[in-house]
Amino acid sequence: MSVRIPVSAIGDSAADLVATIAFLSPELASRIQFGWTITVHILFASLSIGLAPFLVYVTVQEVRTGDRRYARLREFWTKVFGVGFVMGTVTGIPMGFMFGTNFGSFSTTVGELLGGPLSFEVKMAFFLEAVSLGVLLFGRERVSDRFYVLSSVLVGVGAWLSAFWVLVVNSWMQTPRGYEIVTEGGTSVARLTDPVAAFFNPRFPWMYVHMQNASIIAVTLLVAGVAAYFVRTNRESDAWRTALRLAVVVLLVTSAFQAVHGDAYGRHVADTQPHKFAAMEAHYETGQADLHLVAIPTDPEAITDPRAENLYTISIPHAASFLASGGDPTAEVTGLDDFEFESPPVAIVFWSFRLMVGLGFWFIALGAWGTYRYWRGDLAEADRYLQVLTASAPLGFVALLTGWYVTEIGRQPWLVQGVLRTAEGVSPSLTSTEATLTLLGFVVGYLGLLAAFLLVCKGFVDEERDRCGVGDRDDTDGTTDGRPREVTADD
Amino acid sequence: MTESLSATEPVLAATSAYLVESLPELWFGLVVATFGVYLLLDGFDFGVGVLFAEADETERRQFLAAFGPLWKANEVWLVLFGTVLFAGFPAAYAAILGRYYLAVFALLLALGLRGLGSKFRGERDDERWVRFWDRCFVVGSAAAPFLLGAFAASWALGEPSVIAVVPLLAGAATVALVTALGAAFLCVKLESPIRDRLVRRGRAATAGYVALGTVTLVASVIRYPALRSEIQSVPMGGLCIGTIACAGIAVAAATGNRYRWFAVATAGLAVAFAAFIGVLLYPAVDPATGTTIADAVAAPLSLNLTTGFAVIFLPLIGTYFVVLYSLFDDPASDSGQYQHG
Repeated sequence: MSVRIPVSAIGDSAADLVATIAFLSPELASRIQFGWTITVHILFASLSIGLAPFLVYVTVQEVRTGDRRYARLREFWTKVFGVGFVMGTVTGIPMGFMFGTNFGSFSTTVGELLGGPLSFEVKMAFFLEAVSLGVLLFGRERVSDRFYVLSSVLVGVGAWLSAFWVLVVNSWMQTPRGYEIVTEGGTSVARLTDPVAAFFNPRFPWMYVHMQNASIIAVTLLVAGVAAYFVRTNRESDAWRTALRLAVVVLLVTSAFQAVHGDAYGRHVADTQPHKFAAMEAHYETGQADLHLVAIPTDPEAITDPRAENLYTISIPHAASFLASGGDPTAEVTGLDDFEFESPPVAIVFWSFRLMVGLGFWFIALGAWGTYRYWRGDLAEADRYLQVLTASAPLGFVALLTGWYVTEIGRQPWLVQGVLRTAEGVSPSLTSTEATLTLLGFVVGYLGLLAAFLLVCKGFVDEERDRCGVGDRDDTDGTTDGRPREVTADD
Repeated sequence: MTESLSATEPVLAATSAYLVESLPELWFGLVVATFGVYLLLDGFDFGVGVLFAEADETERRQFLAAFGPLWKANEVWLVLFGTVLFAGFPAAYAAILGRYYLAVFALLLALGLRGLGSKFRGERDDERWVRFWDRCFVVGSAAAPFLLGAFAASWALGEPSVIAVVPLLAGAATVALVTALGAAFLCVKLESPIRDRLVRRGRAATAGYVALGTVTLVASVIRYPALRSEIQSVPMGGLCIGTIACAGIAVAAATGNRYRWFAVATAGLAVAFAAFIGVLLYPAVDPATGTTIADAVAAPLSLNLTTGFAVIFLPLIGTYFVVLYSLFDDPASDSGQYQHG
């Protein structure tokens, strides 16, 4: 880029920064752009995945019992879902196109194999979700109860099927199967030989279960946090007390399941992507490995360059060997130094993994604490707990993102494990200027988008809090016919 | 390299034959068709956005009520177009998107502004907030069809950049086209005095589209001598006649208050537009590099499998749209009767 900025005005380090940004290589700019885009997109994709079952539940309850509190929960969370869906679409559509714009060589090499599943996603899932959402958001007055419930179920089915095909594509890149490499006219392409082996590759079931459950945990925590806030505003709010009770129990069950599942998933990673496993444990030298439950850097350098043996850690001796080998505490774990290709960015993988696991245990504790208070019958009065729960509301999404970083950054330098390196996947025609320009656009644009989304959600919360004002008992005045109040465009 | 082949026998073995011999050509037809359906359906929405610029607050709410439940589903056709091109012709997909890199992202930005603008404006009670998102909605709704038309023309003509005379003309023509589509759509959906103005705008836009389309074609003949015989071919002539006929019907129907015919005739214009692109491209999928259908098409097993899914799901998708459009078929009232979403 040829933007000239007077150096004296901004100082040397800032000038260096500008120069660095201006000369980002197409590869680095594309990687950051894709990583940033997915960071934002995945928040909203997960919101859809996690919120859909909750919406189905409250819609079914509303129609079955005619209880006003379920209608109220449905109205609130449907609004959030609707805005979240638009955010998910706006941030998701560019990603499919980036396979062509930024990762053209990747598309040429594996497009024949992965184009299919991506088109299945659109045909089976995306249409279903978008059409059903039209009914869910705008059709309460125009369709029967049964049709309305069906549309909420179909929105959920659409969201879950979408994730299914996207993770088929992603998991194939982690553990590719069912293909052969053929060379035609000097170009090597991966050709599908066995769709079942390719699509239901070894990683797929692990990834799907872990991701869907992570989405449910994230949304459950969000619902719990918001419910705790409204319950503290008005202890008599039946609707939000119901949501709170539901959320803490679901949180306990799903986060405990995630810990058990994650443990087995880790073993699978050690088997199929040993370099990722080594990066997760910052394990450089081949040998027996301990499992580090808590790691604290002893000097600042250890933050950017963690090496397990140099950190202050609370560890279980031989446990990483035990886990990786499936029962042998003396098993050798290959260290990063012994792979013939370069290591992934270890610091991000190592610390992301620790943050994810740490948060996971915190969620179990929150679920257990809340369930205990519920069992004692004073959940709505547990002030300290409700405050902590509200503060923890966004943490499920943090855990989800850090888990995603472990998965995606941990597989570097491979775009497709053992087949295609990231550097080889970038579009050959892409220039540094183009890539840098769009990267800046995405950074600025998506930050603005996140701010706008938070502002909109704050508006929803403020409005609901006003309705929840102390003394307002509109939840408890019996049942209605299950229909929401008439809302016009003048609202 | 890690183990690359599974040990078990494949359930669906690799094959050297397409389900039908002409499957690659049919798949090319599907690429053009999905582009056409997208242009048609989201064209209605873009037109609503363009006409939104001169509407007052009451009219704006009517416009949004008319298109609110539909636009998200319409937009998915763009994604389907992208994935159909990707699955059928992966190397061409990479080459085309890489070539028009900035234009593709500009289009995505415009689509984002359109979607967020229409959704966000009603979510907060704040004058400045509403005005800001209204502007985003209008700008996005005008810029998206412009870029889409320019992109389609560059692609079909093998022009390496969208910033060239003919693509820019094609982009302007596309804006006129969607304005006509939007006017027709709103005439069907709204029962109010505003229809008179929509009819006037729709007629002018239809005439503008024919005029700009003619200029675009003439400019193409001059700028691309190598394509002269292709541009002056029988199918292109047929499409020109079809376009003029549809435009005539659209103007007459609008004048005679036969709004559904107005909508059908403008839809015909959009379908013809996509057909122009298809005829210009064929038998290439990427004229800029001379890549033909046969060069770029995916191998038999992949394409057969994807075709199987398309055969099952396209009719189902069609059904969803029939249900959705019939559910929200009745005219939106002055106050905008759809529940706020």
